[in-house]
Amino acid sequence: MAVDQAKPGATAAGAESAEALGAGLEAVGYLPSDTVSLVSYLAIQMGKPVLVEGPAGVGKTELAKALARHTGRELVRLQCYEGLDEAKALYEWNYKKQLLRIQTGAAGDGQATDQWDSVSDNIFSEEFLLERPLLHAIASSDPVVLLIDEIDRTAHEFEALLLEILSDFQVSIPELGRIEARTHPIVLLTSNDSRELTEALKRRCLYLWLDYPAPERELEIVRLHVPELDEQVAKRLVEIVRMVRELDVKKPPSIAESIDWARTLLLLGAKQIDRETFEQTLSIIVKHRTDLDLVAERVGVKLADRGAGPAGA
Amino acid sequence: MERASLSAAARKDPTPHGSVAPTLVDFCRELRDEGMNVGTSELLDAFDALERVDWTRREDFREALAATIAKSQEDRHLFELVFDRFFFRAAEAEALANRAELGGELTGVQDRAGEGEPGDRGEAADGGQEASEQFDADALRQAILDAIERGDDAALRDLARLSIMTLGGAPSSGVLGVDVQRVRRALQLRSQDLPPGEEGAAQRKQLQQFERHVRRELEAALIAQTGKLPTVRPLNELNRALPSSGAQDLAAVHRSVKMLKRAMATQGLEHRGHQRTGAVDVRHTMRASLQTGGVPINLRYRPRRPRRPELFVLCDVSTSVTSASVFFLSILHALHDSFKRLRSFVFIERVAEVTEVFEKARAFAEVSERISKTAGVADISGYTDYGRVWADLYEQVADDFDPRSTLIVLGDARTNGRDPRADLFGAVAEKAGRTFWLNPEPTLYWNYGDSVIGVYEKHCDGVYECWTSKQLEGFVRELTTTRRR
Repeated sequence: MAVDQAKPGATAAGAESAEALGAGLEAVGYLPSDTVSLVSYLAIQMGKPVLVEGPAGVGKTELAKALARHTGRELVRLQCYEGLDEAKALYEWNYKKQLLRIQTGAAGDGQATDQWDSVSDNIFSEEFLLERPLLHAIASSDPVVLLIDEIDRTAHEFEALLLEILSDFQVSIPELGRIEARTHPIVLLTSNDSRELTEALKRRCLYLWLDYPAPERELEIVRLHVPELDEQVAKRLVEIVRMVRELDVKKPPSIAESIDWARTLLLLGAKQIDRETFEQTLSIIVKHRTDLDLVAERVGVKLADRGAGPAGA
Repeated sequence: MERASLSAAARKDPTPHGSVAPTLVDFCRELRDEGMNVGTSELLDAFDALERVDWTRREDFREALAATIAKSQEDRHLFELVFDRFFFRAAEAEALANRAELGGELTGVQDRAGEGEPGDRGEAADGGQEASEQFDADALRQAILDAIERGDDAALRDLARLSIMTLGGAPSSGVLGVDVQRVRRALQLRSQDLPPGEEGAAQRKQLQQFERHVRRELEAALIAQTGKLPTVRPLNELNRALPSSGAQDLAAVHRSVKMLKRAMATQGLEHRGHQRTGAVDVRHTMRASLQTGGVPINLRYRPRRPRRPELFVLCDVSTSVTSASVFFLSILHALHDSFKRLRSFVFIERVAEVTEVFEKARAFAEVSERISKTAGVADISGYTDYGRVWADLYEQVADDFDPRSTLIVLGDARTNGRDPRADLFGAVAEKAGRTFWLNPEPTLYWNYGDSVIGVYEKHCDGVYECWTSKQLEGFVRELTTTRRR
């Protein structure tokens, strides 16, 4: 197997243990939980893809980016959508170039029969192959981190296409034969759990469920990204975001939105989150009109009015 | 046979810790018995993963196994339940075996503390010996409340052991649940004492965790006392049910409804093969006969029209089914997504048609809000009045029924002591081609109290227990496999 030459894990720096990997991720601005670092470590060590599931906005994509940053690899990202097919995900023949090649051949001397063989051999070579993300990820000479984002958006058929790549790290192209991985990519698949994935796909992956982080961890994350914000404000912010998530809102605020909100509060120079500030900046964490009303009604009233003490309201 | 091949697969893998392999295989078998899909490849992955982590730490061991074996959130939930049960039993079995070797010199808690988890168990037991004299219930209670507030799980476990020793003087009743309650009552731990609202939520969870610890400890003591392990009881649906949000379930419901649609679309087509033709189409035959000089040699038949499913769905939205009605409404919502010819009704004391509401609004939350606001199905009491519902239905809607229509009732058949009017329901069911009843209560509770499902059952083509999307799927599957009459 071509994979053997690039022994999985051998190339990933700083992955001697799950703890080391966790510290490494932390150094590049991602605070992993113990489970996250353990599963990522296993993924690197075992050379298996990881299926990351969880609600939107808990940092699934961010994890892939952080892994890429930490290992110093290129991040190859395949964003899935309905109707994504082989030609856009795997490879495509460069028809225009092939046509040109044929024309230049025909324009040459008139010995058409010789030409035919050489041309037909020629136009189906790697030169005329357009690499799409998946092929690029395994054919790249440097190891990469491959992120297959929102796999649940594609049709079942597309999953079947992935099976060969994910288990054997190879691609079969009818005209060329098999292309095997030169290096072993770290593969992450993310899913928002909008539909059940096939058993076959799951079988090939490690499974990681990401949920919203515990309040303390979220506080750490916010503090990491917006260190200038007053600690008390940050604490209150995390509490409020948590309250909002517990309401039955259409789109619960993501971690990224908590950070955005923290930045906004910093810009506004807020010393505390009172009702007025909250209502002015509400639209940063809540993005649906109906949600806005709900949150203002349920959470807003719990906050103190400006001027009143914290125990006011 | 299956097990043999698995063991072989495990043996093939040259793990340095060979003794773990059979245990792990057993563990996987138990998972499979609970309905999880664990293949050999998963098992091999698990071994592979264990080789790479320092699995002397319980958390790492569990996470490594979970990542390789449990491949969805439901599986993960199940995994955790089985994991706790399996390894608890394994540890206890080991302890029992060891004790037999020792000849039972040691007694009770000391003995378990010596073998179970070395460090902390021993300490706790030692502490417990002295503590039982000096700690009174109040101090213990305070310590527990402190631990709950801090969220200190390890302390809770020790305190659970301590409180059993302090209070466990009374003979065990032999029923775990009773003993747990006894400990809890003695300590006067009530969830009401914890701060209300969101702040208290975490602490209430901690209190439950404490109870789990107590239960576990009592169980262990019971095992030590009787000297044998209790039988494995399969997890029931309640254990399994995820504390899920509505949104996840919605997807599952939509899936089963799609299955239902396929099933209904092929209904009545089963004769296609051998009995392709129906009545003779005279007009068509005469026209065809022109080719043969006016002699009707080739008969022409009327094509069979495929059955067009027409659904009438009645959904109980009263308070007695509050917990289920979100589920019911999501079924309705999904049905409306798939079926064009569907009329839906909600009822409590009277019936109201809500077809339009569903047609106009797409979002589920919006629909449920509108229904609760505008349907006007509750009069005074807010209790279901089935008799009146059938009367209304018979008067207003039953004329639209035909033999091709299907009636599905979602309700618990609890009449609150009112007249069930099964005769009217029978008349309604008679008019509809087929009638199904989905009851959100476990079968165990049927026909107890004011439940009259048995009276209605006679008039239905099928009555099903249905309060999870799994059961809905079961209903749909049954519908597709059994032919009527």
